[in-house]
Amino acid sequence: MEKDKVPQDTSNLTKNNVKELLYATDENGNYTTTLSTGWEPKAIALSNSIDEINERIAEAKEQVLNGEVSPIAYFMELNKMDLTILASYVGMWKWRVKRHFKPKNFATLSDKILQKYADAFEISIAELKNIKTE
Amino acid sequence: MQLNFTHHQSAHCENGVASNLLKNSGLNISEPMVFGIGSGLFFVYLPFIKVNHAPAISYRTLPGQIFNKLASRLNLKIKRQKFSSVSNANKALDENLKNNIPTGLQVGVYHLSYFPDEYRFHFNAHNLVVYGKTETDYLVSDPVMETVTTLTHDELDKVRFAKGAFAPRGQMYYPIQIPKDVDLKSAIIKGIKNTCRDMLAPMPIVGVRGIKFVSRQIRKWPLKHGTKKANHYLAQMVRMQEEIGTGGGGFRFIYAAFLQEASVILNNEELKILSKEMTQIGDSWRDFAVEASRIYKNRSAKEDAYNTIADELLDIANREEIFFKKLKKAIS
Repeated sequence: MEKDKVPQDTSNLTKNNVKELLYATDENGNYTTTLSTGWEPKAIALSNSIDEINERIAEAKEQVLNGEVSPIAYFMELNKMDLTILASYVGMWKWRVKRHFKPKNFATLSDKILQKYADAFEISIAELKNIKTE
Repeated sequence: MQLNFTHHQSAHCENGVASNLLKNSGLNISEPMVFGIGSGLFFVYLPFIKVNHAPAISYRTLPGQIFNKLASRLNLKIKRQKFSSVSNANKALDENLKNNIPTGLQVGVYHLSYFPDEYRFHFNAHNLVVYGKTETDYLVSDPVMETVTTLTHDELDKVRFAKGAFAPRGQMYYPIQIPKDVDLKSAIIKGIKNTCRDMLAPMPIVGVRGIKFVSRQIRKWPLKHGTKKANHYLAQMVRMQEEIGTGGGGFRFIYAAFLQEASVILNNEELKILSKEMTQIGDSWRDFAVEASRIYKNRSAKEDAYNTIADELLDIANREEIFFKKLKKAIS
């Protein structure tokens, strides 16, 4: 890639005033570094995966409100986690965390266990039990 | 307390930390040199591991390997420590700062408050240097940022003890011994040989064969997983290739810069020609990203669109196969 062809598109970096460093060739074909504000194909890929995450969050929320899954499943998506990551944060086996996704099992959890989840999501137990409906 | 430390921005975090720490200890070594000697260039496709709900694809070796290989090839001694308790990890870091040692840390990205929100996901193989401490903050040199920054004590604890795959467990590292004269020539040759071996490995998911494998899989994605998932997989692949501090084109441009630098040190004209060829291959990776983004932008998944980019990828793989065979010859 030539230095003057390095893309300077607007991206999620722009509004935070962050620029990334790229390697590109100068007019003599020698390598040098240059800064870029972003590149459209990347920005689309990123917004694509953010949409994906938001969809997952909305879906999980609906399932919680319908009583299909426990709030743990919703907060897991909200914190961009998956089962492996959540299990690692709360220090439990994956199958155990999966059990806690069931509203029936969630209702019987002790405060000690709930606190582990609340800590992982950086919220209080009260917030964990009552997800906001608006 | 603030130690004397010069921050240089780099494309990739691990190379950047290695290069910055070594420069600080008096060994002037560029980011591409670190990447090339440490044999950072790689390709691996792990369909059975999911990252962000898509198959894992990596354009680089495992975290920590670049610096470790670099150290052994240049006879540097690096000290690495992991901790089971937060307080011990803090004590060790504070002790280092007291002894005037800027220290490299492996951290998780999710709690890095200075990153744009969209970039904060659960990725644990990020690297940065801590070079000082105040009442409330740690002074941080994160090589992918333009300037130095800070994290509160609490934030640093969180990023050092992030959980999940590659959990850093408070890992810190710093050079403890650097020889007066380093033998760059033999280190470069070892680094290049290692990369050629990796990229030409006779394993279906690694190197050139791995790229060909992905190309075959892409053709099947829309039928097998449906349009939505296929587009998501593709977007994730482009992010791995262009985003995570690769310097563009899945590290190909950094590698080309390394070959150019190496051609001067080894006095080898052939490497300069190969550097140009690698740049062209890097450009083709960028073209692939553009074509792929057209697919997931329009949210269409005409099967032939997937076939077109699969062909493009196959062409890249074939060119890289020839390239690494030539590279192997050029240094033998």
